[in-house]
Amino acid sequence: MGSRGSHAARIPDADSIRRETGFSQASLLRLYHRFRALDRNKKGYLSRMDLQQIGALAVNPLGDRIIDSFFPDGNLRVDFPGFVRVLAHFRPVDDDDSSMRDPKEPEPLNSRMNKLRFAFQLYDLDRDGKISRHEMLQVLRLMVGVQVTEEQLESIADRTVQEADEDGDGAVSFLEFTKEMLWCPACIFSLGCAGVVCSQHMGVNCTEGFHLCFQ
Amino acid sequence: MFLLLPFDSLIVNLLGISLTVLFTLLLVFIIVPAIFGVSFGIRKLYMKTLLKIFAWATLRMERGAKEKNHQLYKPYTNGIIAKDPTSLEEEIKEIRRSGSSKALDNTPEFELSDIFYFCRKGMETIMDDEVTKRFSAEELESWNLLSRTNYNFQYISLRLTVLWGLGVLIRYCFLLPLRIALAFTGISLLVIGTTVVGYLPNGRFKEFLSKHVHLMCYRICVRALTAIITYHDRENRPRNGGICVANHTSPIDVIILASDGYYAMVGQVHGGLMGVIQRAMVKACPHVWFERSEVKDRHLVAKRLTEHVQDKSKLPILIFPEGTCINNTSVMMFKKGSFEIGATVYPVAIKYDPQFGDAFWNSSKYGMVTYLLRMMTSWAIVCSVWYLPPMTRETDEDAVQFANRVKSAIARQGGLVDLLWDGGLKREKVKDTFKEEQQKLYSKMIVGNHEDRSRS
Repeated sequence: MGSRGSHAARIPDADSIRRETGFSQASLLRLYHRFRALDRNKKGYLSRMDLQQIGALAVNPLGDRIIDSFFPDGNLRVDFPGFVRVLAHFRPVDDDDSSMRDPKEPEPLNSRMNKLRFAFQLYDLDRDGKISRHEMLQVLRLMVGVQVTEEQLESIADRTVQEADEDGDGAVSFLEFTKEMLWCPACIFSLGCAGVVCSQHMGVNCTEGFHLCFQ
Repeated sequence: MFLLLPFDSLIVNLLGISLTVLFTLLLVFIIVPAIFGVSFGIRKLYMKTLLKIFAWATLRMERGAKEKNHQLYKPYTNGIIAKDPTSLEEEIKEIRRSGSSKALDNTPEFELSDIFYFCRKGMETIMDDEVTKRFSAEELESWNLLSRTNYNFQYISLRLTVLWGLGVLIRYCFLLPLRIALAFTGISLLVIGTTVVGYLPNGRFKEFLSKHVHLMCYRICVRALTAIITYHDRENRPRNGGICVANHTSPIDVIILASDGYYAMVGQVHGGLMGVIQRAMVKACPHVWFERSEVKDRHLVAKRLTEHVQDKSKLPILIFPEGTCINNTSVMMFKKGSFEIGATVYPVAIKYDPQFGDAFWNSSKYGMVTYLLRMMTSWAIVCSVWYLPPMTRETDEDAVQFANRVKSAIARQGGLVDLLWDGGLKREKVKDTFKEEQQKLYSKMIVGNHEDRSRS
């Protein structure tokens, strides 16, 4: 018996997923449950529609872009490893010193660089490695809807691109993007942090009542 | 072969005796109390014993897990993300403050890092959102010896397996036939009783009989499910000419409420067994059944309900405004139809204890028959019913606000989360107006400042 039995042994390739993403056993099990709950027809994979059913995601102005990040290279399905790989970007940065890490192993998914790369891809739709003025406008338009006029939006986009652009090609490359984000601590792009600079960075204290369950 | 003969009659005799004994026990301990509405307290004793056994079972599993040095899967530890609820503006300001290397004398219009807020919010909802988890069964902290709720299968010791096996035996071989017999008795008595009462001339005697026939049969059904119900504040029970609203978890809600009060039901006409029951019931007293086609016509529905409510001799109507079954951890949006009628509303909060058997009907997963079988093979259905004081619509509030007020009262009493989302989200997508609100808030942040700039 066991119509709903699911434990670590039943997650396919649990060990390799854990090594790749760094999630703990308990978190992985939780995510597997979540994956199964979202997969309403028990297909074994998620489609765009499954993610669009989440009400709170549908009202997020960047909802469609976020959903797109789960389906790279034109895929129509995402399986559990793919699902977890995307979410692993949002794990808080590991404490251990990067110099202690084995340089032959690939960078962990939740490293600062990979987080920034993820954010960059949300802007860069055509994946050409640059955020053009047009792409900037598109994202801005998504975030403000019909509340802002075209001229205002264009001026904002122009200003942003100008400020970030160093080599004068009218677009923001990934390097320029990272330079803009130099002062952003990685924890603002992690879950489990209320967006407040935590004590690990810049010596500022976090708000009370926040603790990392997401590990 | 000749040796079998005396044994044959012995077996037949034994069977006959045991059936008679069973039947007598059934009659004395279950049906007779149901008729008179008294209780021997057998079910409460049963519940206490079960609780002790469950606590022991969970301890054994935890011990087993500790021995193997693994972490036990704890289903409900407040979600996977811990955060403080803050507004859009506050969070974006925090992000900008922590990321800005420029002087903060004038707040900038737009930062590349603003995208982080929406992205993070989106990921949070993918991992855990308030609505999706309301449509699957609630997860338990301790194990109740039902394999359907056990996620820690690998940590079961021999003793526990034996106990579980015993539980299966008791539930399927003893409790299930008993319950099915009771249910059968209850339903047939209802149909026969109401039909007979229907032949009587209208008058006080007919009403009296009808009420008691209904109550008796519902009480038998309650015992058929081994439902242990605690009613609170019974002085607030609904009266004639009012509408009783309650949160909806399963079709059993009807039986639970109707076994303590006399209501007029509202619903769609079904075929099959349900149809037979509906037609019989309406002979004894006026219930409100709608044809399938009439249900779509909101004005017709409202008109019939208003007519019923205005006739003070008619019974209070029982309605579930959520429109769909929710898993009893929250209350979702109430449809405003029943709140527009203008009658007194008697809110009722129903909270099930999921330890003994999960009463939630996941209609996308189980059909009605499978659901009933699951109910009848659980240990028991334990729930609490609170009758809240009556509410009426005030002059300055519209139907929607009134509905929300009633919903909050019910959620607060039952200890449920009060959600603004529509139960229809089970099947449909959400409206765009919510997205526009977020966009408005964000635009104010980047354009509102722009106006200040252009002024200076």
